Amino acid sequence: MQTEQVIQVKQLAKKFGNFEAVKDVSFTVNKGDVFGFLGPNGAGKSTTIRCLLSLITPNAGSIELFGKSLAQDRSAILKNVGSIIEKPDFYKYLSAQKNLEIFARISGADVSAKEIAEMLDFVGLGNRAKHKVKGFSHGMKQRLGIAQTLLHKPELIILDEPTTGLDPQGIIEIRNLILRLKNEQNKTILLSSHQLSEIELIANRMVIINQGRSIVEGEVGNLLQSEETVVSIEVDDITKAMNSLSQHFAAASIQQITNKQLEIEVRKQDIPALSKCLVEAGVGIEALEPKRKLEDYFIKTIQS
Amino acid sequence: MLLKNTYNEFIKIVSKPRSYLGFGALTLLISIIIFAMKADGESIVSFVTASFEQTLSFNGKLVNGNLIAFIILQMLVVHIPLLVALVTGDLISGEAAMGTIRMLASKPISRTQIVLSKFIAGAIYTLLITIWLGVLSLLVSHWVFGSGDLIVLNSDGLVILPEADILWRFGLGFCVAYLALMTVATLSICLSAFAENSIGPIVATMAIIIVFTIIGTLDVTVFDTIKPYLFTTHMASWRSFFEDPIPYDDIIQSIIVLIVHIVVLIAITLYKFNKKDITS
Repeated sequence: MQTEQVIQVKQLAKKFGNFEAVKDVSFTVNKGDVFGFLGPNGAGKSTTIRCLLSLITPNAGSIELFGKSLAQDRSAILKNVGSIIEKPDFYKYLSAQKNLEIFARISGADVSAKEIAEMLDFVGLGNRAKHKVKGFSHGMKQRLGIAQTLLHKPELIILDEPTTGLDPQGIIEIRNLILRLKNEQNKTILLSSHQLSEIELIANRMVIINQGRSIVEGEVGNLLQSEETVVSIEVDDITKAMNSLSQHFAAASIQQITNKQLEIEVRKQDIPALSKCLVEAGVGIEALEPKRKLEDYFIKTIQS
Repeated sequence: MLLKNTYNEFIKIVSKPRSYLGFGALTLLISIIIFAMKADGESIVSFVTASFEQTLSFNGKLVNGNLIAFIILQMLVVHIPLLVALVTGDLISGEAAMGTIRMLASKPISRTQIVLSKFIAGAIYTLLITIWLGVLSLLVSHWVFGSGDLIVLNSDGLVILPEADILWRFGLGFCVAYLALMTVATLSICLSAFAENSIGPIVATMAIIIVFTIIGTLDVTVFDTIKPYLFTTHMASWRSFFEDPIPYDDIIQSIIVLIVHIVVLIAITLYKFNKKDITS
């Protein structure tokens, strides 16, 4: 069965004056994907996303959404897209409900007052519907942004840094919301985030872009599978631990961090052997923690 | 979609506190003028008519509702552009400053429709301000001072218009004044498309009006060729309806100049906003 492509970006380029914000970005998002869109600051992520939403006109390349050219079928395409770009901004002098009514009217769908009320309940703002947005916290605005994104039941949801500025509780709420959208409603989600751990937890495919170019694209699992993991270990005898590991894992990169902590780069399947080696050498293990794989992969990819 | 967004734009305008500043300021200013004329109107009018009293005798009530309404219009038409620009100058740039422009422009509504809906909402707001000005100046001054013949002093001398021949002149005068205010509104919306903050277009609109007005009043030959094409030259053409005979050719020319300004400014706004990369 052929996979349905929801977004297809080919050789996208955008210049602002002499500055090339995006040089050559290509990627494909399939139906049902939670697609991680990664890159360091200034890599061209926001510019690319703004091109996808027709906020910025690219100088070169093509963008197809739902198999249609964005340049030619903008209105028809955007009826099926919901988005938050950076932080969601609303009309501060209007209530949450009025804001949603404003955006519902131009969403291209008939959204009833009941559906607006239900959506506010869905994001946990049902009891603040009549309150003016100027009194909302960043997290509440973010949730209202999600409500605005989902109001017209779009197939594709584009979220640019949806967890920026949120507290840990807020981050977990947004993560759970995204997972519900994928699992319960089979939405396609393009997610740009600096929170690599978030992407690792919820994305099934991803692209990494750097200096305006897409570098790597593929299944998150496949891309991370072959990679070695940095394991952080805290021990009671650092000298003994370093000697023992040097003998058994001669090829591995070992680095002493403090007088009780070291880091070693091994394959995931070698972690039990690593632990066994230290125990047999009589070293007391106080903590052993594999670092986030995507974080390492991301840094290595960007540096290479 | 155009109608839906026009409704949205109107909701935004009526929900902003600054939209009521114009109505409040007009009410206050007109109240002050009416109070001042009630207190000292007779002596002011006597001072104006003194030079004619050797050749003319004035009978009846000179300080009446029609005269007060005319004086109010004369005084306020200069200031109302600021009250209009305060709201219309914010229509596009205010969205950029607030960040809502991103959400608005990523919806399935064309940018042309966004601009046109803002223009229509701005036109409705300007109409409401003009109507408020008319209602306050005509109704309140008639209620306070009663009716009577209108004496207008212009560059050609004294024009006396009978009471029964005045109301339609005010009606048409307000229509032309509205067109002049619409030119100001369109100018500020146009400048708003170039800016990312609310204050810039408002200040720029007023600066343009002041500069053009100064150019229009300077008696310098080099400016004579451009004066007929400046919209500020035609902003007071509503006064022509209070001349006898009415210079219809001049009024039509003013209307054409103002409409051409409006059309050109809308075209510039559409071009700019459609080409604009939204990076804010």
